[in-house]
Amino acid sequence: MALMTYAEAAALAVGHAMAADDQVVVLGEDVGRGGIFGQYKGLQQRFGEQRVIDTPISEAAILGAGVGMALAGLRPVVEMRVVDFALCAMDEIANQAAKNRYMFGGQGRVPMVVRMPIGIWDASAAQHSQSLESWFAHLPGLVVVCPATPQDNYSLLRAALDCGDPVVFMEHKTLWGLSGEVDASLQLELGRAATLCRGTQLTIVSWSRQLQACAEACEQLASQGIDAELIDLRCIWPWDRDAVLASCARTGHLLVVHEAVQVAGFGAEIAASAAEATGCKVKRLGAPRIPVGYAPVLEAQSRIVASDIVAAAKALRG
Amino acid sequence: MDAKQLLALLRTMLRIRAFENAAEAASQGGVSAYGKAADGSAKVRGPLHLSTGQEAVPAGVCVHLRREDYLTSTHRGHGHTLAKGADLGAMMAELFGKATGFNGGKGGSMHIADFSVGMLGANGVVAAGLPIAVGAAHAQKLQKRDAITACFFGDGAINRGPFLEALNWAQVYALPVLFVCEDNRWSATTASGPMIAGDGAAARAASLGIAALQVDGNDVAAVHEAAGRLVAEVRAGAGPRLLQAITYRIKGHVSVDPAAYRDAGELAAAIETDPIARARAAYLQLPGASPAALQAVEQQAEAEVQAALTAAEAAPWPEAAAAFGDVQTTGAGQWR
Repeated sequence: MALMTYAEAAALAVGHAMAADDQVVVLGEDVGRGGIFGQYKGLQQRFGEQRVIDTPISEAAILGAGVGMALAGLRPVVEMRVVDFALCAMDEIANQAAKNRYMFGGQGRVPMVVRMPIGIWDASAAQHSQSLESWFAHLPGLVVVCPATPQDNYSLLRAALDCGDPVVFMEHKTLWGLSGEVDASLQLELGRAATLCRGTQLTIVSWSRQLQACAEACEQLASQGIDAELIDLRCIWPWDRDAVLASCARTGHLLVVHEAVQVAGFGAEIAASAAEATGCKVKRLGAPRIPVGYAPVLEAQSRIVASDIVAAAKALRG
Repeated sequence: MDAKQLLALLRTMLRIRAFENAAEAASQGGVSAYGKAADGSAKVRGPLHLSTGQEAVPAGVCVHLRREDYLTSTHRGHGHTLAKGADLGAMMAELFGKATGFNGGKGGSMHIADFSVGMLGANGVVAAGLPIAVGAAHAQKLQKRDAITACFFGDGAINRGPFLEALNWAQVYALPVLFVCEDNRWSATTASGPMIAGDGAAARAASLGIAALQVDGNDVAAVHEAAGRLVAEVRAGAGPRLLQAITYRIKGHVSVDPAAYRDAGELAAAIETDPIARARAAYLQLPGASPAALQAVEQQAEAEVQAALTAAEAAPWPEAAAAFGDVQTTGAGQWR
């Protein structure tokens, strides 16, 4: 056990994976300096420029080269800087990485972790603030992970590197400095949610940084006599249907909360699945379908805060 | 080039031509396009992109490759695949969508791959193979393998961003890649010339400091000679090289495209320079050439393709359950 930040936990995970397997390599812009968020700190000094590869600003080539490396036997960790930039490499991830194994009849696999930091980040406006996990959840072949804590960032990153599938690994940009205890021996399975607090009257499902506002809301709801259960989904695909549906069956009420735009967000998938399977009442809460604005008052319109969650929970409970 | 060498190249070219002709015939009615409706009777379904008339390029390039070398290809990739040493019958079976095909019927013509000979896949997206090729070459370099990657693409690909990104990448890291621009002068149903600023693939490579050669892509001996020089340099660790082989797409964009938009004189002129006719004539003038040997090679190619058609026809379809295999391991079974 050691106290460390979310960024340090990520660097530790990659370092451990590189030490354990010399086929693990890192490539992306500025990774040699430790990455723009310190999430690769010290790795180039330790493993050299051949394995921690500084690249040109060429997203299509970074991701496409990652696919080629993976087909040739390496296990690349590909850095996209922010998810918004990964859109410059959508063919490489959606048509190549996600589909090569299938369309080649299983002849090749793409064991690659693509890190695409997400989320509203102080005053970063429309092209550096998006949460696009539902885009990637829609693509067969991909695993999508959204860790919320230093421990999960460590353990889920190790699991992502071990799983052999192409993984879209979405860290939240305002979580980099979050500190927590990390047990490097703790192994987590992809696709398993974590129940953060138990409750009987309402299930709240969320992920990534949005969990913080949800936890705050749960306390406020408790003080008002509403006993909510809070689930950290952790993986968007595969998502933990068993845990979520079991909770919904008990509470009869589901509120899904995410930072991403509500329209066609992954919350819709969870809400529909829960309603179909358990008949529970459902409600979604996500950002309005507007780009994230720059000025504080504009940016605030895209944020979901605890009071929004409390109000939605009460409306759902009727 | 002696008679034996040229006959070997002719054999590759004749096998490709025979394959393309058979696939073309089997694909009529296989897709609704160009004013024709799919009629359900075709054995080869969907868009089929033929490399008829371009055979000298893969033949002349791939003869310099070894089994452990990688190759990435395009939607027009049957010739590259055969020239790299892939099995003709397994490719025909894949075009038929059968379980015995290279991809078990999951890919078809546009996604043909044979990893057993280093053929890392055709691609349905123009220029998509270039970044994958440089990644494969990067792995070869990091793993200190004595092997290179050959990356085929068309003239249309040089107008996409990944062309620039991949060439720059290969040069920055001095990777063992041979880029081969198979310049057939057509981008789908649009003539490439008016769509390309500057002097084309070789000039663009030169602007990045990548040594490049332009060659008559319908002259198999010339392709063989130029590719041999470039492959030797790439193998020696000199970094990437580019070969621009100028050829001509005799057929339409896909097999049901009559290419009526094309000037008749242009096609007639191209047929005059058909690479197989030229190679055949050149062969017969060489000392030691044997018309009988050439005829035997031709007959063997035809017989091999006929056998492949028969086997593909008789082969089983994939099981429906195969649709759920090889999607992903994590979360397999969770389909909705």
